[in-house]
Amino acid sequence: MSIPETLFEKVWADHVVVEETVDTPAVLYVDLHIIHEVTTPQAFSVLRANGLPVRRPDLTLPTLDHSTPTTRVSTFKDLLVAGEGAANQVRQMEQNCEEFGLDLLGYGSGKRGIVHVIGPELGATQPGKTIVCGDSHSSTHGAFGALAFGIGTTEVGHVLATQCLLQRKPKTLEVNVEGTLPAGVTAKDVILAVIGKIGVDGGTGHVIEYRGDAITAFTMEERMTICNMSIEGGARAGMIAPDDTTIDYLQGRPRAPQREEWDAAVPRWRELRTDEGASFDHAVTINANQLTPMVTFGTNPGMVIGINEPVPEGNDASFRKALDYMQVESGKPMTEAAVDVVFVGSCTNGRLSDIEEAARVLEGRKVADGVRMLVVPGSEQVKADAEAKGLDKVIEAAGAEWREAGCSMCIGMNGDIAQPGQLSVSTSNRNFEGRQGVGARTVLASPATAAASAIAGHVADPRNYP
Amino acid sequence: MKPVRSIRSRTVVLPTRDIDTDQIIAARFLTTTSKEGLGERAFFDLRYNKDGSEKSDFILNKAEARGCNVLIAGNNFGCGSSREHAPWALLDYGFEAVISTEIADIFRSNSLKNGLVAIVVDEKTHSWLLENPGADVGIDIEATTISLPDGRSVDFSMDGFARHCLLEGVDQLGFLRHQMNCIEKFEETRPWKP
Repeated sequence: MSIPETLFEKVWADHVVVEETVDTPAVLYVDLHIIHEVTTPQAFSVLRANGLPVRRPDLTLPTLDHSTPTTRVSTFKDLLVAGEGAANQVRQMEQNCEEFGLDLLGYGSGKRGIVHVIGPELGATQPGKTIVCGDSHSSTHGAFGALAFGIGTTEVGHVLATQCLLQRKPKTLEVNVEGTLPAGVTAKDVILAVIGKIGVDGGTGHVIEYRGDAITAFTMEERMTICNMSIEGGARAGMIAPDDTTIDYLQGRPRAPQREEWDAAVPRWRELRTDEGASFDHAVTINANQLTPMVTFGTNPGMVIGINEPVPEGNDASFRKALDYMQVESGKPMTEAAVDVVFVGSCTNGRLSDIEEAARVLEGRKVADGVRMLVVPGSEQVKADAEAKGLDKVIEAAGAEWREAGCSMCIGMNGDIAQPGQLSVSTSNRNFEGRQGVGARTVLASPATAAASAIAGHVADPRNYP
Repeated sequence: MKPVRSIRSRTVVLPTRDIDTDQIIAARFLTTTSKEGLGERAFFDLRYNKDGSEKSDFILNKAEARGCNVLIAGNNFGCGSSREHAPWALLDYGFEAVISTEIADIFRSNSLKNGLVAIVVDEKTHSWLLENPGADVGIDIEATTISLPDGRSVDFSMDGFARHCLLEGVDQLGFLRHQMNCIEKFEETRPWKP
């Protein structure tokens, strides 16, 4: 009988070109390389300097997302909204793709969008694949049972040139989410609670596998929200075993296997689960029954509390520095904090179900005076789907802005930022100092909490907005 | 990459925990298409006021930090984004090594590929380094030791391949390209096509 293996170990073993030794890391094959304009220019320069082609254009998926404005772009001049550097970067990506024979899903394609939204939506993200991108939220694709992680630009060059990476095998961390989520509590609240429990470095050196009945009950979009934030717990990758939900999601998508290939793929995908008796290096369990909507109070995603809990006490300098920056006090709940900006979008929460959730809360209500709310679809496809459902009308009627697809205020390098001192309730993934603009204060939350906060004008419990 | 065999420098201390790559190099500076000149932008919002003047209380702006090329950082340095601009900025600023009790995975990998020596030490050594800013330390990559001014020598662990690449200035792309036969064979014998 073979040794029981975890899901991660199965996918890892399937991609080892050369085994690791004490002296050398493994050579690991990459099935899908998603690239964007911000972390690739220097990698293309290395190819050019060495006279190398892109080895597998067919396994390379380029798009534009990080530095693109979320206002309409029809000419080069429109790009300048985000600044000359950003415009130049977009133009260079277009030139690099042309020079190296890559099919860019750019302007006019109807398929442009955030790297981690378009991969799944096209069906390019599949169980058992290795997927990398020069972006730390590549962990998102692990929701399909892929091994997916972020890489630096030097490694982007390695994959472009060889389709491989040099990697040491990471350890494994099992995160069990048991029970049933109470009404009004979402996948975003679960992952924030997980990070609160393990800490922002709890997953360092590990790949997480999310298991338990609360996880299997999630839709694919909810599972993507979970895996997306694995890196905020320090883990480069997070995975969920594929099941009927995964297979139903992928069927019929343009880049998913078709006909006989589909019939061959499905039984192979069903094998991709942790065997009975397989062991993880570490394990934690979270009880879903007791969760409430979660909000962050500090300057990293591990500084998180239930919506009605008070900001905790803390004595060390790093903790106090975070509270000073956020202008919050120990002992008081976050619901007392007045809101200036609300952002719904990003690779964490910029999919159709997220926009639907925000629109459900906004319907028939108005964004509070003085609050600016941006709703930014994760891709051009999400935008089209939302508009087909009339969600754009609901959002605009409530007084929020309905924007073009992109990373927007999650990264704040495309023209969408909060002003110094402003408080932003954001469905994105990082509340680091200055992440959404110099001096901007970010509170991470679910789309429902973000929309409720926009209406209330302060951080608000979405369960009060049924 | 230029070989790095040893480093001798005084230290500068940034004790804050969880310094993320957004602090090291803010996203608004990532619109560059080269690796050059990012040192001016390193820790920008910690170094400068809104009007462009220096924040006098920030350690890197103090006279005693000049010429200190070894950064002692709080736990979990370099967490967050995968941007390689972070080690590019630190190297361009003049840092040669960063020492902490924990260094985030992607940042550490990116750093070592560029010759920024990312070192994890035990808590006792870290506490000593935090409490003794400006200490003159010697880092020996070959021996994987840090020598402290009181005469102590502390071992640290480093992946053997990363150490070899630092010592010899190995270009990892060249190393990977030498595996091309294996890569081609792997592609041919895969049971399924991606």
